[in-house]
Amino acid sequence: MTGPGAWRRAVVLASVAAACALPFVLSNFRLFQFTQVFIYAIALLGLNILTGFNGQISLGHGAFYGLGAYTTAIMIDKWSVAYGWTIPVAGLLCLVVGFLFGIPALRLEGLYLALATFALALAVPQILKYFEHWTGGSQGIVLSKPDAPFGLKLSSDQWLYFVTLGVLVVLFLLAANLLARRTGRAIVAIRDNPIAAQAMGINNALYKSLTFGVSAAYTGVAGALSALAIAFVAPDAFNVFLSITFLVGIVIGGLASISGAIFGALFIQFVPNWAQDISKAAPWAIYGIFLILFMYAMPRGIAGSLRLAWGRLARLRAAR
Amino acid sequence: MTRRSIVILALVAALGLAALAGSVSAQTPGVTATEIKVGNTNPYSGPASAYGTIGKGLAAYFKKVNDEGGINGRKINFVTLDDGYSPPKTVEMVRRLVEQEQVAFVFQTLGTPTNSAIHKYLNQQKVPHLFVATGATKWGDPQNFPWTMGWQPTYQTEGKIYAQYVLKNVKDPKIGILYQNDDYGKDYVKGLKDGLGDAAKKLIVLEQTHEVTDPTIDSQIANLKNSGANVFYNVTIPKFAVQAIKKSHDIGWRPLHLLNNVSASVDVVLKPAGLEASKDLLTALYLKDPTDPQWKNDQGMKDWLAFMQKYYPDGNTKDVFNVYAYAVAQGLVHVLKQCGNDLSRTNIMKQAASIKDLSLPLLLPGIKVNTGPNDFYPIEQEQLAKFDGERWVLFGEIYDAGKK
Repeated sequence: MTGPGAWRRAVVLASVAAACALPFVLSNFRLFQFTQVFIYAIALLGLNILTGFNGQISLGHGAFYGLGAYTTAIMIDKWSVAYGWTIPVAGLLCLVVGFLFGIPALRLEGLYLALATFALALAVPQILKYFEHWTGGSQGIVLSKPDAPFGLKLSSDQWLYFVTLGVLVVLFLLAANLLARRTGRAIVAIRDNPIAAQAMGINNALYKSLTFGVSAAYTGVAGALSALAIAFVAPDAFNVFLSITFLVGIVIGGLASISGAIFGALFIQFVPNWAQDISKAAPWAIYGIFLILFMYAMPRGIAGSLRLAWGRLARLRAAR
Repeated sequence: MTRRSIVILALVAALGLAALAGSVSAQTPGVTATEIKVGNTNPYSGPASAYGTIGKGLAAYFKKVNDEGGINGRKINFVTLDDGYSPPKTVEMVRRLVEQEQVAFVFQTLGTPTNSAIHKYLNQQKVPHLFVATGATKWGDPQNFPWTMGWQPTYQTEGKIYAQYVLKNVKDPKIGILYQNDDYGKDYVKGLKDGLGDAAKKLIVLEQTHEVTDPTIDSQIANLKNSGANVFYNVTIPKFAVQAIKKSHDIGWRPLHLLNNVSASVDVVLKPAGLEASKDLLTALYLKDPTDPQWKNDQGMKDWLAFMQKYYPDGNTKDVFNVYAYAVAQGLVHVLKQCGNDLSRTNIMKQAASIKDLSLPLLLPGIKVNTGPNDFYPIEQEQLAKFDGERWVLFGEIYDAGKK
């Protein structure tokens, strides 16, 4: 018999293989949509590390997403940096900013932290408009889509899809490694019982700030990729609603679950479009109904429910 | 006999082939013998959802056109999607329109940042991007963006008109400016300065700005009064325009008050600010204001009201956006009629760029739509109007920013 670990590895490999085949089956427009799904998935994983695993609620991750996007846009637009370099820079910058924001945020717990991060989300569009010289004000910055290098016969949509998929796989492996080891156990222990965690010798303050930084870095990388995929940045794209959409994504996908980020990303990308196709008059009401249905049917998110179903199946088989 | 029949056969075959070839080459995505598919995005949700009524008004107007038999036998299939005023969503939705829905062209996409996001894409795809709903200046650039065309007078155009008026009619003008600190405000100020030319530095005595999030603009008004300005160039959206009109009246400042068209609505701005305080305001207009009593018996306005009742009964008949939608939809219908049976994308763009002296019933009398291969600004005329305490009284000539 094979253990659950082997099964999981098989599922992951099969999914990656399927994802690699998609560009040769789907239209460029569908690919663009899936590129966005991957971008959202990276951002959601970042937020999930913070909120799902570490228990810190953030209503402001749209701000880091925007920071990442603008880092890429400004570097390309003002300094003509090759786009590939801008992605790690966006991640590093968000890591530092997130870490620094994490330090004062230590004093805030639960809902109070949520409000503080909410303030961040509110402030960012206006700050972006203020530094008009750099950010282009509310007109934003127009970029060019990167073409495939080395004479590869790929459309720019296909190329961006593969770039995003590559970044996604690397970041997901890193996160899985991080969370499966000592650091991950410390992060979860702080969520479950901060006092006990401290008693066991975990430096709560350091871990919480670091988690904030890593989480912001993931979201920043996602923002950088989105700037490339959309080929345009403007303050209006990074409003409060984006931050709330991320929160919806991780809850629907499954808190404290790595695969949940993918499910959540699929949800926030496609469900609003379906809602609009069902009813033009009240798309957000339909979206709300979807949200309630999902929460009612799968209170632990999609990933949590799948895990539950898998567990039941395994037990059934064991009983036989 | 046989030879003749062979010749005839050959001729018929050639004709058939030609017809076939013709029909193949004329095949534009979204165009069939019975239908023209038109794509659009509007903010039906989100911070700018007040503009959503434009999209609904357009859909209602095309329903009317279809009920009356369509255009050259083709019905308009108007596909309008919500982008929530979010540029990434606009990109996704417009790509969906072009690549999935296969629309013939994109029409009246709303908003400056949202249109900026799709500007390059549509021009690369060579899809007409017609009559965009924004007053920014960059949409009329046929050299670099031959597939994009604006519609309404730009903010800069309007600013130039005020400059012309001030230079001609005000003795020793000292101009004080209040503007919203963003692209919209700056565009208006640039227009005025361009219009004033070299004299701008001397004539403008004070510039004050405000943020869209400021609670009040009282101190700015006081500063402007103290600067000794005798002309007040008021570039603010309705909420702040009401405050500015009230405040300057309350502190007894009586300059020549130039109010930007954005806030010219009688119901939304002037009534809340006080009709007495609003007296003698000046603005530039190009559309008929539905709340202005002087159009009560105007045939165009009557037709519009009948249309609203029949096709868009939920729509607000005091909202100038619904007038706007009706007028621009008529502009498009004119272009499509002019295309005849050649609905290739190239010809749609060509016809959009050859509108000659088109009058529309809801534009002010005398204002005409004109475009050309090098003129992608359809409406460039406006007329000044003075508020007499009840309605806008049009006066003077029609200013034309296109003529220089």
